[in-house]
Amino acid sequence: MIPLSWYLTLAAALFCIGLYGVLARRNAVAILMGIELMLNAVNLNLVAFWRYVTPTVISGQVFAVIVFAVAASEAAVGLALIISIYRRRATVVADEINLLKW
Amino acid sequence: MQPELLTWLIPLPPILAFFVIVLLTNRSNRLSHSIAIGAMLASWGLAMAVFWRAITTEHLGEHPFEASIPWLPAGSGVLRFGVLIDPLSAITLFFVAWTCLAIFVYSVGYHNFGKQRDPDDRPGLPPRAGGIEPMYARFFAFISLFAFGMLTLVVSDNLLLLFMGWEIMGLCSYLLIGFWYGKDSAKRAMVKAFITTRVGDVFMLLGIASLYSATGTLNYREILFNEEVLGRLAATPSGVLGLSAAGLIGLLLFLGTVGKSAQWPLHVWLPDAMEGPTPVSAMIHAATMVSAGVYLAVRFFPLLTAGWHEGAPLTTTMTVVAFIGAFTALFAATIAVAQNDVKRVLAYSTISQLGYMVAAVGIGAYVAAAFHLVTHAFFKALLFLGSGSVIHGMEHGLAASSKHAAQPIPGLAGPAGVHAHVDAQDMFNMGGLRRKMPVTFVTFTIGGLALSGFPLLTAGFWSKDEILADAFANGHLAVFLTLALAALLTAFYTMRQITLTFLGQPRTEAAGHAHESVWTMTAPLVVLAVFAVAAGWVGIPEGFLGLHLPVPNWFHEFVGGTLLEHPPALAFNWIPLLTSVGVAGFGLLFGWLVYRKLPAGAPDPLQRPLGFVYSAWKKKYGFDEAYDFLFVRPFYWFAETFTYRWVDRGLIDGFLHGVAAVALRMGSAFRNYFDKPVVNGFGDLVGESTKRFGRSFRIVQTGRVQQYLIVGLVFSGLLLSYILLFQP
Repeated sequence: MIPLSWYLTLAAALFCIGLYGVLARRNAVAILMGIELMLNAVNLNLVAFWRYVTPTVISGQVFAVIVFAVAASEAAVGLALIISIYRRRATVVADEINLLKW
Repeated sequence: MQPELLTWLIPLPPILAFFVIVLLTNRSNRLSHSIAIGAMLASWGLAMAVFWRAITTEHLGEHPFEASIPWLPAGSGVLRFGVLIDPLSAITLFFVAWTCLAIFVYSVGYHNFGKQRDPDDRPGLPPRAGGIEPMYARFFAFISLFAFGMLTLVVSDNLLLLFMGWEIMGLCSYLLIGFWYGKDSAKRAMVKAFITTRVGDVFMLLGIASLYSATGTLNYREILFNEEVLGRLAATPSGVLGLSAAGLIGLLLFLGTVGKSAQWPLHVWLPDAMEGPTPVSAMIHAATMVSAGVYLAVRFFPLLTAGWHEGAPLTTTMTVVAFIGAFTALFAATIAVAQNDVKRVLAYSTISQLGYMVAAVGIGAYVAAAFHLVTHAFFKALLFLGSGSVIHGMEHGLAASSKHAAQPIPGLAGPAGVHAHVDAQDMFNMGGLRRKMPVTFVTFTIGGLALSGFPLLTAGFWSKDEILADAFANGHLAVFLTLALAALLTAFYTMRQITLTFLGQPRTEAAGHAHESVWTMTAPLVVLAVFAVAAGWVGIPEGFLGLHLPVPNWFHEFVGGTLLEHPPALAFNWIPLLTSVGVAGFGLLFGWLVYRKLPAGAPDPLQRPLGFVYSAWKKKYGFDEAYDFLFVRPFYWFAETFTYRWVDRGLIDGFLHGVAAVALRMGSAFRNYFDKPVVNGFGDLVGESTKRFGRSFRIVQTGRVQQYLIVGLVFSGLLLSYILLFQP
């Protein structure tokens, strides 16, 4: 059986990639994608811990399902906002969306 | 109806008339004078009804008409006010009602009712060319209020109500003397009259207060008809100049009389009061106001003479009263001799005659004083109204002569005929008016003869004779001689006045063109002339000339009943009678001889033989100047230099300005050394440092979410490392 640390390492790698995407990319869609990666890394952790630590309790899977739902709605709202901004400003670059800045 | 009830109603109509005229009808001259005269007529009717009931009541002195209601709670008791008709107030009411009515009617003609208003006339100035008085309705309102004051005073049963009537009259006299307020002299005269009478009134108020504190009441009958109270007052020493309490209170009240009745040394206001319209002069100086002073003295005769009985030497108070009266009588008579203004002569003669009455009170001749009060009111009102008629005629003459200037009057010589500067009141500009103004001439002459005491016929003879007889019979020789001398002068200046005004030839064109006044002016003259003769017949002494007259001395019996002890009738004596007849006859004759052929423009024939005495009389002994020097100017100095310039401007303003300057310094020091550096500095520091702090931290706020995330990441990494490394 694959040890737990592999899963955790994979999840940490995924999280770091997502974090890098969020911090470094200028495209709003890419930032959103980075967030999805970070959420999925968390999901991976949750499921791994459930399977290896408390396989008899269902709460780990429930957590994962809730995170899916949140991620889906977040993606829907985020993409809708981005499309709306694009229609007005013809850009999806986060730095150029500066309407409320001083 | 009950006489008490009628008495209550007597003063009411004039005050209603006053309010109605002032508030409602003052735009309509006809309505206003109708209301005023109607109201006076109502009061007159009531007064006559009450008078008739009074003289037909037996023993009125013991059982007068009286009624009162509680008025003011004062301390432990209650001040009541009410009405009282005893013989003295009955006869006073009689002459007041008659003269007031006559004066009201006379005012209609005097103020040119029925003429067009002259567009050049201004309110506050006398009409110049015979137009109607611009403030006609106001005049009637004022004299109505005046009549109210006098009637209240007469029917009052206590000293306080009397004082209120007294002060209402003081106010009205002020308003009426200054009726033509556009004239500077009238303004000065009104203030002078008000202030001079106020001097007397202050003492009178002191007298009232001390009387109230001594007896606990101000009702006449409770004080004056109460042997016990009078005896107690007479026996209590007052601690002032050795006077008894009664003497001191009497003297204080008498000072009120001195002010109101213009006795020396407060006589100065009355001649100046001639600035008012002539009906006012008659009203104030004959019928009402000056009579009020003597009425007070006569009313308080029992108090003034407390501790004295018939035949005893005079008390101090009585001596003072007698001296002031007799002195004033002579003193004013001498001034009257040298006056040229027709009304001023009468003013001084009024002062002189009032002096007679006061002297009569002072020597204990109670009935004689009251008698002279009545007769004098009639003939002096007559003389004043007559002089007003003369002035009126002269003013018409002036207006007419400026139209007919081309036709010179025969017998008129030289430059005196120039009408430009003719004074309508100067007797030396008159003459020959008997033909132009017959009714005025006859009535004025009757009044003049009454004033000078023309024997047997006139009222003035009987009353004056009674005073002289009383002075002689009781051995007051000094008073007798003074009054006799004053009577001589009275006769002389009266004849001088009649001769200069009516006899001889006209001395100016104005006098030549004068004409008789309208009937509303002459009718009152005729009525008053009847009284000026007939009023004396009620007081013909018993046993006169040794005859036994069918009628007793009604006046003496009636008025004498006012007192507790009825004064005894005097035995007839030839000496005062002959003196009285002699001085009157000689004075009249001498006056006629001196002035009958005075040419126009000539100086007074007395000027040369009398020399400096004449100029002293002419200048009224310099009392006006002396008072000006002694009182008026020091007070002006006190008011203007001391109070205003030194105290007010220097001390009080200086103090205020000093406080203000110190406050300003302190304020500016606070501002410069505390507010600006400390308070403002602190505030600025806080604001400025916040601003700087914010500005320097602003760079952190880039607005880029990713940078925030990095910061967040770094800090959460640090926090995590800390927890992992240092927490167990």
